[in-house]
Amino acid sequence: MANKTIPGVNARPTTDLPVLLPLNPRAMMITDPVGFSRWVSSFPLWVWPALTAIIVLWPVTAFAQSNYTYTQAMAALVKWLPFLMKSGFFFNVIISLMTMLFGTVSGVVLGLMQISPNRFISLPAKIITQTFRNSPWLVLLFIVLLALPFEFQIGSTIITVPDWFKAVFGLSLPIMANIAEVVRGAILSVHNGQWEAAESLAYTRQQTLWRIILPQCFKRMIPPWMNWYAILTMATPLCSLLGVEELITLSRQAIEAEDNHPELLVPFYTFALLIFFAYCYPIARFTIALEKKFTVKL
Amino acid sequence: MNTENWTPDQPIVSIKEVHKSFGDLEVLKGVSLDIMKGEVICIIGPSGSGKSTLIRCVNALNDIQSGSIQVEGQEVHDPRLDKLALRQKVGMVFQQYNLFPHKTALENIMMAPVLVLKEDKDEVEKRARALIAKVRLEGKESSYPGELSGGQQQRVAIARSLAMQPDVMLFDEVTAALDPETVKEVLVTIKDLAQEGMTCILVTHEMGFAREIADHIYFTDRGVIVEHGPPDTFFDKAQDPRTKEFLSQIL
Repeated sequence: MANKTIPGVNARPTTDLPVLLPLNPRAMMITDPVGFSRWVSSFPLWVWPALTAIIVLWPVTAFAQSNYTYTQAMAALVKWLPFLMKSGFFFNVIISLMTMLFGTVSGVVLGLMQISPNRFISLPAKIITQTFRNSPWLVLLFIVLLALPFEFQIGSTIITVPDWFKAVFGLSLPIMANIAEVVRGAILSVHNGQWEAAESLAYTRQQTLWRIILPQCFKRMIPPWMNWYAILTMATPLCSLLGVEELITLSRQAIEAEDNHPELLVPFYTFALLIFFAYCYPIARFTIALEKKFTVKL
Repeated sequence: MNTENWTPDQPIVSIKEVHKSFGDLEVLKGVSLDIMKGEVICIIGPSGSGKSTLIRCVNALNDIQSGSIQVEGQEVHDPRLDKLALRQKVGMVFQQYNLFPHKTALENIMMAPVLVLKEDKDEVEKRARALIAKVRLEGKESSYPGELSGGQQQRVAIARSLAMQPDVMLFDEVTAALDPETVKEVLVTIKDLAQEGMTCILVTHEMGFAREIADHIYFTDRGVIVEHGPPDTFFDKAQDPRTKEFLSQIL
């Protein structure tokens, strides 16, 4: 069928002269759905020791001029390390998981609304998606922080909304919009013949979607979905600007507690970098591995 | 005319003065034809002449701008049409098979009757296994479409359509995407069906096959039926210069 090989297009060129590839305007518009994971997973393994070396070696050079010793700086980091992990990074993970949960559920709904044949459903869904996809995350976070009341009153009970919950809500919005695009893209990637075959067998639109189309594109959605999870995790330090006590906020507080020695900045923040990298790197590698596996099967 | 007073001596499919455009492009410019129950007709013609569009209109996959298409007396392009009832009566097989890749051959066949017609699962399974035997694919029940050859997939697609127990079958260039060596197995399956008295409308490029099984041949060009007749008359004594030219190119 479509296995014809065209030298220079889908096979090695048979000439050593440069070959001008045919222009594919569609391909230029499609952004790589797992681009972030591809980038992270392409880091070679020596990045690990290199990052660690910054924590270990930086102070050695910085301490030449000061009386705050290298051992003191390291001791400070080691002292704070369990706290930073348990109360700090652990909270980043919680925020990212909850955001992903809300973002995915609402994103799937929004994605399905986008492909509705009813314009009154699809048009608002498209507007919402484009708005939240193309807004800076920090701006969304601030809007949510300022727009949401800090407490609700239901009857006589007053429910206070914690800042971290507002952060989850704020981050859910762009995640929702991007997951909606993942869902929409996956559904559109299913060959039109599947819809027609189902239609000719008297399936309703809903039966076709749930029984025929979605089972086929579920697998295709996993790599971009994980890609967005990794991006989201990297974005959770934004919450420190809302005063949420996550890793970056706590690092800053720890440095302050250690008398604000400037020599502490690089070790502490590099440590944060290393933690995020250690968390996201396996996810990125796994995303790319899954993507490769699914591409072969299609 | 409606379903209640349709009798089997009237045409099972009746197409009258059908016009269909895609935007500015008029694909069908007043096509009329009648098919009686048990009849096998072939529609042939150069590509772009509107053959596929015509049969896609018969089960409402495409809508029409004007004219009328009736299946068993039921107007297909009536907005109040019960599409489920129509598609139960009219089965369709596509050029690209369009099997559901995440379901086995047996599940592909069983799904629609169980899900859409809410029939009893065991009964449907019995019927599905009989259909698999009929298209000569015993032993392939639990194969996924990706594990079957093109010809085998197409035969599963035919069985899947037959599982809905339609009165009319539409075949849209069903052998066009197949390897030459598997074309025959699909044609044999269709021939069996035709001999059992199934009403068939085929769009095909297989002239030898059309001549062998069709009761009537329609030749379309540029959106109109140029010429039609029984196969022998059509192939040997074509009148219209356009038909002659087409036949001389293809035979």
